[in-house]
Amino acid sequence: MAMTMHCDIVSAEKSIFSGLVEMVVAAGSLGDLGIAPGHAPLLTALIPGPVKLVLQGGEEEVFYVSGGFLEVQRGVVTLLSDTALRADDLDEAAALQAMEDAEKAIANQNAEFEYSIAAAQLAEAAAQLRALRKIRK
Amino acid sequence: MAGGKEIRTKISSIKSTQSLTGAMEMVAASKMRKAQERMTLGKPYAHRIRSVIGHIANATPEYRHAYFDTRDIKRVGYIIVSSDRGLCGGLNINVFKAAVASMKEFNDSGVEIDFCVIGKKAARFFNNYGGNVVAAVDSIGDAPEVADVIGSVRVMLEKFDNNEIDQLMVVSNTFINTMTQQPTIEQLLPLLPSEDEDMQHHWDYLYEPDAKELLDGLLLRYIESQVFQAVVENNACEQAARMVAMKSATDNAGDIIDDLELVYNKARQAAITQELSEIAGGAAAV
Repeated sequence: MAMTMHCDIVSAEKSIFSGLVEMVVAAGSLGDLGIAPGHAPLLTALIPGPVKLVLQGGEEEVFYVSGGFLEVQRGVVTLLSDTALRADDLDEAAALQAMEDAEKAIANQNAEFEYSIAAAQLAEAAAQLRALRKIRK
Repeated sequence: MAGGKEIRTKISSIKSTQSLTGAMEMVAASKMRKAQERMTLGKPYAHRIRSVIGHIANATPEYRHAYFDTRDIKRVGYIIVSSDRGLCGGLNINVFKAAVASMKEFNDSGVEIDFCVIGKKAARFFNNYGGNVVAAVDSIGDAPEVADVIGSVRVMLEKFDNNEIDQLMVVSNTFINTMTQQPTIEQLLPLLPSEDEDMQHHWDYLYEPDAKELLDGLLLRYIESQVFQAVVENNACEQAARMVAMKSATDNAGDIIDDLELVYNKARQAAITQELSEIAGGAAAV
């Protein structure tokens, strides 16, 4: 039987794979990597691409990751996968969007604000009514 | 029997409210289960990253990232996590109260505050409260994705990088159990040293490309995953709080219906008695 190691593929949202594998092939930022059992401890960034796992018994399974990190420790390979496509300009766009949303939230406040005042007044009136009823009883 | 019809209409209107809150309770219960599952799924990732960061930080002491350094606090950033929708009891207001209480200390010592608000409720509250809201995200929905928080986290991290804020906190609910949600304030930056003794390794990784770049990327993802985890956990709290609130609303509606039915029956009987005595009185007069 071939030697195996444990492999985990996790993302912030879910665990994608966990089990014994004979080999992991992934697209590192400096080129493709093949990790076999007994590999020295390694840490590398991944670029978007397929990750091929050779499962125990020789069966193959392929996952797609949109970047992330690969960590190898004695007998354990961990893939910290990104769930979203990451690039600096994409992140920047998302940041700008968040700032715009903040401005919008302030601008659109009036209608919502009046509503919340009205709701508060209604709650107060209802409370007074309840109190009055209790006094009458 | 003028009051009788009015009471009947009222009973039927409360009954329809009751079935509505009952349905909301059941929906929240099923959503809560899924949200709890999501909460546990993301935990290994953050844990893993944390241990790798700890390792690199120990292995390459010559490169010290700014996220580890404590600075004099002149301005603080708060990320406030709330829900988009109401009808979930005191969930959001408890978070806001906790945030305001912790900000008061900063306000008293003249430290200014920037907000990043997640969820419509927080956006509304902190606009009225009068804070400087620099980033906002809402309508994340029941299945949050990391992509939803990337933008706003980046805004805050850039501020930290540019020395515009010196500390970053995240305020959200912690899921203790279905009945209890605890508002918690956690410090994201500067990173607090972990108490994990396991960090004292005697070996080192091979780095591709180099430790510094990897550390930068990992730190970014770590902060993001912390905020993401807070959003997911807050979602589970929201569903749990809604379930409890709707359950008590359904129970209260049941109580009111019982009371009203009693009043209705009394009124009905009084009317019958009155009619009978009128008939008897009329017969006696004849």
